[in-house]
Amino acid sequence: MGIDIIIMQAFSGLSLFTILLLMALGLAIVFGLMGVINMAHGELMALGAYVTYLVALFFERNLPSLMGIYIFFAIFCAFAATFVFGYVLERSFIRFFYNRPLDTLLATWGLSLVLQQFYRSTFGAQEVSVPLASWLSGAWEPVAGIQLPLNRMFIIGLTMVVGLCVYLMLFKSRWGLRVRAVTQNRPMSAAVGINTDRVDALTFAVGSGLAGIAGSVFTMLGSTNPGTGQLYIVDSFIVVVFGGVSSLLGTALSAFAIAESQTAIEYFATGTVAKVTILLFVIVMLYFRPQGLFAPKVRGA
Amino acid sequence: MKDLRTASEISTYILLAVLLLVILPLGLDAYRLNIVSKYLALAFVAIGIVLTWGYGGILSLGQGIFFGIGGYLMAMFLKLEASAPELPDFMVWSSVEALPAWWVPYHSFAFTIVSILILPAVLSFIFSYAIFRKRVSGVYFAIVTLSLALTLATILTGAQGQTGGFNGITDFNTLMGIDIISDESKFVLYVIQVLMLFAVGALVSLMIRSRFGKVLIAIRDREDRVRFSGYDTAMFKAFAFMVAAVLSSIGGALYTLQVGLIAPSVVGVMSSVEMVIYAAVGGRLSVPGAIVGSLLVGFARSYLSEYFPESWLFFLGGLFIVVVMVIPNGLSDLVDRLLARIAALWPAARKAERSMAQ
Repeated sequence: MGIDIIIMQAFSGLSLFTILLLMALGLAIVFGLMGVINMAHGELMALGAYVTYLVALFFERNLPSLMGIYIFFAIFCAFAATFVFGYVLERSFIRFFYNRPLDTLLATWGLSLVLQQFYRSTFGAQEVSVPLASWLSGAWEPVAGIQLPLNRMFIIGLTMVVGLCVYLMLFKSRWGLRVRAVTQNRPMSAAVGINTDRVDALTFAVGSGLAGIAGSVFTMLGSTNPGTGQLYIVDSFIVVVFGGVSSLLGTALSAFAIAESQTAIEYFATGTVAKVTILLFVIVMLYFRPQGLFAPKVRGA
Repeated sequence: MKDLRTASEISTYILLAVLLLVILPLGLDAYRLNIVSKYLALAFVAIGIVLTWGYGGILSLGQGIFFGIGGYLMAMFLKLEASAPELPDFMVWSSVEALPAWWVPYHSFAFTIVSILILPAVLSFIFSYAIFRKRVSGVYFAIVTLSLALTLATILTGAQGQTGGFNGITDFNTLMGIDIISDESKFVLYVIQVLMLFAVGALVSLMIRSRFGKVLIAIRDREDRVRFSGYDTAMFKAFAFMVAAVLSSIGGALYTLQVGLIAPSVVGVMSSVEMVIYAAVGGRLSVPGAIVGSLLVGFARSYLSEYFPESWLFFLGGLFIVVVMVIPNGLSDLVDRLLARIAALWPAARKAERSMAQ
């Protein structure tokens, strides 16, 4: 095995890592920080993907000269749309289910089915795809034999930006301070004057918005169909649970571990074997560390 | 109130018996009756979910695993019989040369039946006891079982040559030489299935009312207190989960016999989660309710996908939301409350209540 193959493998692992991380970041906030099991998270990604599709159509018809940069606009629209949807969803639906996690799970599963059928009725059952901007197609070839696809490099860069934003928001902003306070001790936070309802709604909206960004980005890698969200949901949960639900760093590391081992196994065996091995490995790991790999050391309640 | 619930359960059983053994066989043609038996196969799973989720507080989103095990084992036997002495056709297509070793014992019907009952029991018990010992519960258990269902469906789809892949195992007509696709034999099978369903339902109803059931309820409501009282709660939960797994497996085997097909799609995430709604609609606390729920959702599915194919997922999704939000204990709870209202109007009952209050 030459050095070039190792580099290409590492790169595709890195690429999968950023994809998993984008998928899981929103979920890590909603599930990890708020404790809400949102089974419709995958459908929020699909919403982001469909918004991207609509934006691409709009640019194609009205502003063909700007087709090269539509993706930035689309990512913003996808974020905005899912953010608003998430906000409304939390206020009108999710908030009735706090402290009933299993019921939340089933109700949001129902929501995911409704959304899937809504996409099918609106956009048709076929796959839709968006054109890739010319500057994103092709590959960068630093040395002969090593090809790094540009769209994947773009995603890696974008994920780093998004990850940084999430970090800054959670750890350097007033909102993040409030979120962490509410996570740690809800009644006390309310007592010192934090409007916990608003924090909940905003947090859920941000988590949904991140799902929208993820969905938007995935249109660069493949087409979208009404069932797309289903493909992502279990993987996202696996990443978050494996990393330890209340730690964003854990989510990132777990996404990295899963992605690199999956691509490595895929190289030596098949995709199915890789997937099954990873799933079983995570389940066995959870047996030994039920709180996830990077659970904070606190006394159990 | 408690007697009232028992009374309403028994009357539901009687109504169901009349419906399933008299009205439906007389009123439906063979094709429709076959569809009913498909949903009755799922009712076995739903009864298991009532036991684990309703009474044990354990939500498994992976009951499709055990349904699939039962279904696939039965299909392996039928397929071997159908293709003997050749290899099953899908193996030939995937150019598998010899019968895989783990297929060989399934030439024997007795072995097949035993493994349909034992294999899921052993797997589910070992898995769940280990997990419950680690005090993994609630949503984590749900997610772990969900990922296991995904894993099994992925394996079944991927191992084309050994499991028939995406299309599953199909195309078999006889069970030990007896034709199983004629209308008569399907009818006999249907009656056997209904009787088995009642037997299983009665068994679980009794389990719930036994000391075991009381401990299970206590675990659901306050597990740590039960543990402090000296009970091995993991053992109780694992036992309940094992019973549910065996029921699912039986349901799966019957499903294969009636539908004539088993495929990874009934094992996977979608159908595994769907199985929960059967129990939830009827009422997660009522065993006959689970049967009613399976039938109702099944009828709705057949009706809607026949006349309004677009609306089926809207309906199913809406059902999840409405049941969880409005009637978390399902239809049986609604009926019970209604009956309690009516009973309260009865003067004798009111007098009894008054004397109780004094």
